[in-house]
Amino acid sequence: MSRKSEGPSSDPSAGQIIHMQGIRKVYDTGKIKVEALKGINLSVSAGEFVAIVGPSGSGKSTLMNLIGCLDTPTDGQYRLGGEDVSKLDSDALADVRNRRVGFVFQGFNLLPQISAFENVEMPLVFGGVGVRERKQRVTDLLGRVGLGDRMEHKPTELSGGQMQRVAIARALAMQPDVILADEPTGNLDTTAGGDIMQLFAELWSQGKTLVVITHDMSLARRASRVVEVRDGRILRDVPSAEVA
Amino acid sequence: MSRNDLSIILHLFLGSARLQKKRAFLTIASIAWGTVTILLLLAFGEGLKRQFARNEQAMGTNLAINWPGETSKVWKGLPEGRGVKPRIDDIPLLQQRMPDVQVWGEMTSSRTLMQYARKTVNARVIGPNWVYGDPRKHYPVPGGRFLGPQDEEQKRRVVFLGYELAEDLFVKENPVGKTILVNSSPFTVIGVMQRKTQTSAYGGQDKDHAVIPITTFRALFGRDKLNVVVLHVENEDDMEFALQRMNQFFAVRYSYDPRDERVFGTWNTVKGQRISAKIFLGMEMFFGIIGALTLIIGCVGVANIMYAVVKERTREIGVKMALGARRGWITGPFVLEGLIYTLLGGLAGGVIAILIVTVLGLLPLEDMKVMEFLGKPTLSWPIGAATVAILGTAGLLAGFFPARRAAAIDPAATLRYE
Repeated sequence: MSRKSEGPSSDPSAGQIIHMQGIRKVYDTGKIKVEALKGINLSVSAGEFVAIVGPSGSGKSTLMNLIGCLDTPTDGQYRLGGEDVSKLDSDALADVRNRRVGFVFQGFNLLPQISAFENVEMPLVFGGVGVRERKQRVTDLLGRVGLGDRMEHKPTELSGGQMQRVAIARALAMQPDVILADEPTGNLDTTAGGDIMQLFAELWSQGKTLVVITHDMSLARRASRVVEVRDGRILRDVPSAEVA
Repeated sequence: MSRNDLSIILHLFLGSARLQKKRAFLTIASIAWGTVTILLLLAFGEGLKRQFARNEQAMGTNLAINWPGETSKVWKGLPEGRGVKPRIDDIPLLQQRMPDVQVWGEMTSSRTLMQYARKTVNARVIGPNWVYGDPRKHYPVPGGRFLGPQDEEQKRRVVFLGYELAEDLFVKENPVGKTILVNSSPFTVIGVMQRKTQTSAYGGQDKDHAVIPITTFRALFGRDKLNVVVLHVENEDDMEFALQRMNQFFAVRYSYDPRDERVFGTWNTVKGQRISAKIFLGMEMFFGIIGALTLIIGCVGVANIMYAVVKERTREIGVKMALGARRGWITGPFVLEGLIYTLLGGLAGGVIAILIVTVLGLLPLEDMKVMEFLGKPTLSWPIGAATVAILGTAGLLAGFFPARRAAAIDPAATLRYE
């Protein structure tokens, strides 16, 4: 088992977007307690592209929920963008998600009744961005993902790849510290999946920090680092070149 | 809650409300229906109460009618079972004793012959003191008058007619100033009573009788024993004491035990008024409860639909939470939706109820016998306030519970791909 060694710097989290130390997560259903994460130490620096892999039941979904601040750890310390988020209340966590995390889901999770434009606009509304700037940013982002001519379309009128591109535009809207993607290509055919991988690679080259949870080894190989989770622990944490 | 919160909630609310016009319409309609029901029930109850009170009070209020009878106790060597028969001359003395109470005596002659031209009618003739008019609501039709003190003093042969008796004798002619024969003596008609619907009476309905001065009555029929002695007080709480004082007065005058309460058979209308006030309060509460239940059914409908919406949008809510929506921004639109539905439904229902009540109010009351007793539905401010209170509470609750469920959604659980 190899763990990422901490740097020589006096502040171990300096320059790091994600800094997790001794993270445990126990699900207490009343009758039984399930320890999903058994002590995770994970750091991700700005500009990294990290793939988290592992079989189902390994705890990687729990890890993703914690990274995305959708849930809080039972134990341990988590700093996101330098801010300690392990003990925040639900409203503060909502604000952190809004400002620091951009989610991309396997099932896209676009709101079906509203247009692509309004979907991308949603986090900006929550972030309190003014109407004029919202319009500017949304138009920009949809243009960047190649959907400048589909802004008024509803998700049902778009293809799977287009929907995922809308979701990526939405994830970028608040200029978050990290883009967190859960099986982003899992629901797409090979061509569309390839497009999305290409888009992620572009985002990385633009300096974005990406954390992708995936089964898809072709996607994992594009990352700079692969973290393998098994049985609630980090089994391997290696540069992607070393992954077979 | 900051202004920012409000603007976000409003933004989200407008985004969802425009999507489901049919659902919104049906929900609002159910609230409107409930509102109409509660308002109409309460309005009919109020109308019935007012009409009933008006009819019951047509005889007069705060009256005690006392029928003289027999003593039931031995007193100073005198046996029980002696008749006590107050006379006309007792009344001024009794009035002197209790100046704060209106007192009068009445003599009655039933089935007395009355004639005008070729028409002959048998009717009741009452001979009361002149004060009888106002407390017994014998208001004259314009052009006539009731008996006055001079009529009594000078034993004038004047008569005041109940409106139905007047119609029987005169058909369409104006009776005032005409001469009729009462027990074969000529009397001048000085007034006719205004119409009234009367539901309580002693001796008979006021519309059927003729009223002449008590002194004239004595001269005409050769009697001076009173059939009844009547007390009228301004404030209903004074009645008990007034009755005690009356009994004491007659006990001294006719030598009987002042504690003997059986000498006079007394009808104290104050008691009846109090009982009917309670009955009507109970009835209004009953109507109110039925109406409130109907309205609550409407609100349960709202809550039900909102629960369905929450369930249907579970994933959507999870997504919004993931994108940074605070719990209040999720619950706010639901509470707002519940409130707006109930508000719009309540407004629509209120307008419909007011229209119905107004239209019913325009129908002529006199032509319908039923309406004389049912009265017209009446909306009052307390009814409106009660309805608004029920609506507001129900609307808040209808939105609150579904919203609470929405807020309890765990975003992590909903976002996984299924």
